[in-house]
Amino acid sequence: MSAQRRAAALLALLAAALLALPLVANAYLLSVATLILFFAFSGQAWNVMMGFAGQLSLGHSLYVGLGAYAAAGLFFHFGIGPWAGIWLAIAVCVAAGAAIGFLAFRFGISGVYFALLTIAFAEFTRIGFDHIGWLGGPGGLFIKVEQRQAADLLNLRGPPVMFYYVMLALAAGAFALCAWLLRSRAGYYWQAIRENEEAAQALGINTFRWKMLAVVISAAMTSFSGVFFAFYYNNLFPETIFHISRSIEIILGPIIGGIGTLFGPILGAAVLTILADSITDLLAAVGLEFPGVKQVFYGVVLLLVVMFLPHGIWPALARRLGLDRKS
Amino acid sequence: MALLEIRSLGKSFRGLRAVADASLEVPEGGLVALIGPNGAGKTTIFNMAAGVYAPDEGQILFSGRRIDGLRPDQICAAGIGRTFQIVKPFAGLSVLDNVIVGALRRAPSVPRARELALGILGRLDLAAKKDLPASSLTLPDRKRLEVARALATGPRLLLLDEVMAGLRPTECDQMVEVFRELNRGGLTILLIEHVMRAVMALARQVVVLHHGEIIARGAPAEVVRDPAVLECYLGEDAAI
Amino acid sequence: MAVDLVVNVALAGVLTGLVYGLMALGLSVIFGVVRVVNFAHGEMMTVAMYTAVGLFTAFKLDPFLSVIPVAAAFFVLGYLLQTGLINPFITRPEHSQFMLLVAIAIIVVNGLLMAFGPDARNVQVDYQLESWAAGPILFDKARVYAAGVAILASGALFAFFRYTRTGKAIRACADNYLGAKVVGLDVKHYYALTFGLGSACVAVAGCMLILLVDVTPSLGPSYTLLAFVIVIVGGLGSMGGALLGGVLIGLSEAMAGLFIQPSAKSMFSFALLILVLLFRPQGLMGRRP
Repeated sequence: MSAQRRAAALLALLAAALLALPLVANAYLLSVATLILFFAFSGQAWNVMMGFAGQLSLGHSLYVGLGAYAAAGLFFHFGIGPWAGIWLAIAVCVAAGAAIGFLAFRFGISGVYFALLTIAFAEFTRIGFDHIGWLGGPGGLFIKVEQRQAADLLNLRGPPVMFYYVMLALAAGAFALCAWLLRSRAGYYWQAIRENEEAAQALGINTFRWKMLAVVISAAMTSFSGVFFAFYYNNLFPETIFHISRSIEIILGPIIGGIGTLFGPILGAAVLTILADSITDLLAAVGLEFPGVKQVFYGVVLLLVVMFLPHGIWPALARRLGLDRKS
Repeated sequence: MALLEIRSLGKSFRGLRAVADASLEVPEGGLVALIGPNGAGKTTIFNMAAGVYAPDEGQILFSGRRIDGLRPDQICAAGIGRTFQIVKPFAGLSVLDNVIVGALRRAPSVPRARELALGILGRLDLAAKKDLPASSLTLPDRKRLEVARALATGPRLLLLDEVMAGLRPTECDQMVEVFRELNRGGLTILLIEHVMRAVMALARQVVVLHHGEIIARGAPAEVVRDPAVLECYLGEDAAI
Repeated sequence: MAVDLVVNVALAGVLTGLVYGLMALGLSVIFGVVRVVNFAHGEMMTVAMYTAVGLFTAFKLDPFLSVIPVAAAFFVLGYLLQTGLINPFITRPEHSQFMLLVAIAIIVVNGLLMAFGPDARNVQVDYQLESWAAGPILFDKARVYAAGVAILASGALFAFFRYTRTGKAIRACADNYLGAKVVGLDVKHYYALTFGLGSACVAVAGCMLILLVDVTPSLGPSYTLLAFVIVIVGGLGSMGGALLGGVLIGLSEAMAGLFIQPSAKSMFSFALLILVLLFRPQGLMGRRP
């Protein structure tokens, strides 16, 4: 079977498994699966900026937070549901992304300095939101949790199964979007910019415009994560949602799975979440319960991947499974 | 009207005069070589024509239209392609993808760009290697890729920056043949070159730059005998 | 607002800022020479602070005394870290290096969390509560001593780089990697040495800071960012810039805390970072990057 066929078959298998999961999974497994999909989606969004266009953002929590607060704020104060709230979320995130991108690219900031700039904006916003009383301030914003058996898709109030399918749809959508982008003019231009910006310019690519596009798309996609987060967890604190740990969680998946690839973020998110949970459970079973164990684990995995598998797990795995063209 | 006109170009870097009052013309369909000792200002002139920097004085006209001060991508859009002295392949992409990036400049869609790219790879004898990662190519092949990529944008003028450097004589001759053919097909070429073998074989006109100023111009055979040129390359005694 | 209150707060800010400056100096030296973005810098500082706490709790060792052994230990650790872990990454793409140190930072922060728990720890010595009075102006003894050590350490480092052979060799490596290798300098060793020195700076700063501030594991990331803000504002590659930046940040945080709100202190620093990155990336005293 050719590599193409094999890839398609595996994809179909994965899709079927994901669709059928709620039928066999218990509540805990379902929540883990939802979390994996959440990180797969967020990682995919981040990947557009980094993996495709080569711009390292370590402040993506900014977009998650802005998206979350935009939608949650509208719901909390005006009763406007998330399907309308998402538009505000997207608008706000696009504006923020555009601002950061414009400032950075106009002034020629790249690499480490760009990363620091993104961190600075996220931190600035984190502390800033602590002072916005209208959105709950440091005490947090809480959305009423109503236990409904029936899924109210319009207001995203419902059983965990509903959230699972919503997240699955989002993750699938992101995957499809990124696959399409990668093969389009945008994909080629972004990768050119990532590989060598000077050469890209000499080939007629307006690198400023295309970098901006990557940032804006990435920000817009991440706003969905924020909206989902708000309605799934039902509480928002500036201290947690804008925190740099959120940004790092988002990037762990793609980095471990493989930057710039389509399956990388998904694989990375899955590996990380499953292993992390297993380790915590294992230790808890032995009686060792420490705060921070999971994070240490993340750190160690990140360290090992960066040292030994710099391109992430997916490229090596793909070769093993015979999924890349060269095998 | 010449395709490329450089009028009284001047550029200084922090007080150091790199180019002074340089004027030259490249006719449509011409093949002009810019030579001179290291530090003469050749690459600076190139970079100004390619949009990397704006000149301090003077003008650059392409097809009668001023292009000095434009961005590199705008210069490419105007119809000028360039290669880099130190090749800059898109290392993580395949050879074909590299050229597709260039072809997208004038192709409306990715499939069309792909067709164009395949054609160009064929002309530059890289078709067999189209799926290899660019990072795995040898130096001569990387140079071909660089040229292929620039060609894919459909330029009327190609700026070649020391493309023969590091090539063995046979490889150099092969490249010369490629350029000759492209020029016969209507492509105008302006090249910077140190490898005299290529200059003598390729150029119909040679311009000599020394300390930022043009000291000689003419057919290759004349320029090589010009005392001023001999002096700047070999020292005062050689001019006798 | 009473003038003497403002002056006292400003003074405290300046003195604390000198300690921040020393911390940032370590980062500046590392980044300026080895060109590695030490994203684990603040975490190293936190470890130093916890070490000082540990030594105090176990042996009643005053931080001013534990400075020497802790700095020595950190020097060795920094040297080993650079040689063992970081050196292979010099030639890797930037984001790889960054991620390596992010990984180390995550492990350290959460390791500390596992070992010490989230509660704040500190060191209690008598002179922390004493101060000298010059009219209405109060000089907190602990702050003055800490700032003094910071100045001494910075001065020693400065002298090292200016006047000793090794120091000059390191500067050569920083200026021209290839050239240094060509003349036979053992660049790998000098890089490791530099990382060791930078780590020692952080250790000293940590021992001093524990006298002024309580330590929690989550302090790490904040201090990493603070160090970067200071280094970028002061100017990369400039040792004087690091100290100047430290003082400026210490002062501005104190003033922001006083006039706006204590919780808004860091906002000001980040705003400053954004402005400097955009309009003067070489900082106040640095060379153009």
